[in-house]
Amino acid sequence: MEQTTCFHCGDNCSNSIITLNEKSFCCNGCKTVYEIFSENDLTCYYDLQSSPGAIPKEIQGKYDFLSQENIIDKFTEFNDGQIQIATLYIPHIHCSSCIWILENLNKLNPNISASQVNFGKKTVRVNYGIKDYSLKDVVLLLSSIGYEPYISLDDFKTGKAEINRSIIYKLGVAGFAFGNVMFLSFPEYFQVDGFWIEQYKNVFRWLMFAFSLPVVFYAGQDYFISAYKGLRSKLLNIDVPIALGIAVLFIRSTIEILFDFGTGFFDSLTGLVFFLLLGKFFQQKTYSFLSFERDYKSYFPIAVTKIINGEELPTQVYDIKKGDRLLIRNEELIPVDGVLINGKARIDYSFVTGESEAVSKKSGDKLFAGGKQTSGIIEMEAIKSVEQSYLTQLWSNDVFNKNKEEGFTTLTNTISKRFTIAVLSIAFIATTFWLFKDASKAMNVFTAVLIIACPCAIALSAPFTFGNLLRIFGKLKFYVKNASVLEQLAAVNTIIFDKTGTITSNQKSSANYEGVRLTASEETLLKNTLRGSNHPLSRTLYDILDEHNIITLNHFEEHIGKGVEASHNNDRIKIGSASFVGATETSALNTTVHVSTNNVYKGKFTFYNSYRKGLSKLFNKLKKQYDLVILSGDNKGELENLKKLLPTKTKLIFNQKPDDKLEYIKYHQTEGAKVLMIGDGLNDAGALAQSNVGIALSENVNVFSPACDAILDASKFNQLDKFISASKSAIKIIKWSFVLSFMYNIIGLYFAVTGQLLPVVAAVLMPLSSISIVVFTTIATNFLGRKLNK
Amino acid sequence: MSVIYMLLSISVIVAIVFFVAFIYAVKKGQFDDSYTPSVRMLFEDEIIKEKSNKKKLSTNQKNKF
Repeated sequence: MEQTTCFHCGDNCSNSIITLNEKSFCCNGCKTVYEIFSENDLTCYYDLQSSPGAIPKEIQGKYDFLSQENIIDKFTEFNDGQIQIATLYIPHIHCSSCIWILENLNKLNPNISASQVNFGKKTVRVNYGIKDYSLKDVVLLLSSIGYEPYISLDDFKTGKAEINRSIIYKLGVAGFAFGNVMFLSFPEYFQVDGFWIEQYKNVFRWLMFAFSLPVVFYAGQDYFISAYKGLRSKLLNIDVPIALGIAVLFIRSTIEILFDFGTGFFDSLTGLVFFLLLGKFFQQKTYSFLSFERDYKSYFPIAVTKIINGEELPTQVYDIKKGDRLLIRNEELIPVDGVLINGKARIDYSFVTGESEAVSKKSGDKLFAGGKQTSGIIEMEAIKSVEQSYLTQLWSNDVFNKNKEEGFTTLTNTISKRFTIAVLSIAFIATTFWLFKDASKAMNVFTAVLIIACPCAIALSAPFTFGNLLRIFGKLKFYVKNASVLEQLAAVNTIIFDKTGTITSNQKSSANYEGVRLTASEETLLKNTLRGSNHPLSRTLYDILDEHNIITLNHFEEHIGKGVEASHNNDRIKIGSASFVGATETSALNTTVHVSTNNVYKGKFTFYNSYRKGLSKLFNKLKKQYDLVILSGDNKGELENLKKLLPTKTKLIFNQKPDDKLEYIKYHQTEGAKVLMIGDGLNDAGALAQSNVGIALSENVNVFSPACDAILDASKFNQLDKFISASKSAIKIIKWSFVLSFMYNIIGLYFAVTGQLLPVVAAVLMPLSSISIVVFTTIATNFLGRKLNK
Repeated sequence: MSVIYMLLSISVIVAIVFFVAFIYAVKKGQFDDSYTPSVRMLFEDEIIKEKSNKKKLSTNQKNKF
């Protein structure tokens, strides 16, 4: 069968095709968006990129809370009573069509005067007049064209975050000074004694001095601060020799020009700071559209509907108290633990546990915060406040306040400790030697050693290697928070996986049939009955079964929470729970669907998790070097299945609560294990924070992932081993570039110790060593990246 | 007064002008988003085309929102 894809969203239109203007759409939602665009002459949207859209979601009443003044205040950055400016985060922004349509919002509604997209951050900044328009209308308009903004409790608390641009300013200052100082040093490079230079050299020198002032006291201040902090905690970090180098360069140069000893080293000084900042800037590559610090707040809604004396009122989530009656609509989230009062609850806990299957609840059942209602409206009574709910309590654990980078010594700092001691000893030995030989040169040699040994090249190796590797990983859909995560990843020796949603895939599951064989006509009837049902299990089973002819059913009835019943000609079929079809209830750990025809029980379909592609291959590759553990919150239903799939050495532990996972990792860390945790749901958040490296696996990186050190796209799961080994190779590259920079240092030290360091030698050696390190690490990591791509 | 002083002061002033322009640009947020403007500048032509079409097609069109 030929596949037809939706003109708007690109999805498969296998179930029902809607055609309009010779274009096919997968659903009415997509068609409506197309109609809106064509009515407003915005079909250019489809020319820029094929099928760029998203299916608009049902949002009836979801954004009623946006009409409250205090909530509007939190979102708008400008409000003068006539015009408001609001910035909204839209996860769907992904292509040039998105930018185009969102910047043409004014054509859809004249009240919107301008809108601007920031593609990197996936935000749109909308200016609109509030005379006949409001924030709520903007959000509804965006949702109606498939660009639903993502509004969470997180937006409510934090307010406006200041953008930190100091690194760009510092880089600008250093670059500006470096260029000018280079210019001004040229005359003295080429003409040492001459009438002309004698007359004007002081002007050049003092100008260079003036340019170097902001470099030392503004652009380079972080190095002094960091060195001071390091020394105070008795740590010789890499910034200690750098700060020493900068200070000595500046003081010696100033003294030299003050007493007319020479030109000083202002060129090397400014160049050094410029290159160091360049390295910092390069490493600072962050994924602005991803957040690695998310907790439950970025997932929870800002407001829910509260029922007071039969009236519906939007209420802030933090104001919910025990005993409040709440109304939860379809696709809305349950913000607090509570008891179901009425309505058909089908709760999807996939964000919490990773389990893709929704669970049915009867009135009187307990509902846990974090679940999403998936069928119709329900009413519930809160029994706890937001912070005290079962799930949110996890965040009160100390782990979430700890900074992982503390207590981890980076490779650079390990080297720098020995390096600093070595340099200082060389400086003192050389000075002592010169004190006896030619005391006038002693001070000169001492400072020269500190200048030339300033570990610019060493300090640049790690930023450039890791910075480049972060970029390469990012292209391969493995988003790492920062460079130190890569270093920790290379040191890992234990890998712990969550089960549901991590090693199992959300999208497909497989089912086994047990019982009396179904006849061909029964199978046709089964398939056709499932076709009419919207229950997730029916849909899954429908997709698994073979294709059959389409027949018209005489009778079809869906019993919520029980099953479906249908008849065709004289055959009747019942599909659903054991009690519904009249089978004896068997206590199975797995999800089952039972079938009976004409009141005769036939058999049951048992669903199994389907594991991600390449899972056993990955585990077999990893088992040689790492201890592997599966830590699951589920029951032992899958134990036998997993045993077959995975290497025998793998530890399988079930029934783990979120706290248990955290404690398990903590315990193994005290025994010396370096733990890599891979999880996906909010229930893994504690474990991800406790582990040395926590990777969140995500089907869609834009949507949601708990706080972690890195986010891995689910489709790349089977390449995990490659990413770890690439980090290991990166450590090797850094070690090699250390060797390279030591060679430069030895050459430089020869000049310094023998007392013949000229400014021009320093000015050549410093950039040369830095640039060759940059070139070496870039080429080496690109080579690594090419190997990864294969 | 030698010409060198004049040349030096001119060169420094020019450098400072560019430096101030850079600081101003950073402050205005021009370096915050380095990707979107590169895409946005390519739209210009299409919008003009849109407008000329629009005049013909939708003179009495009402907005839905």
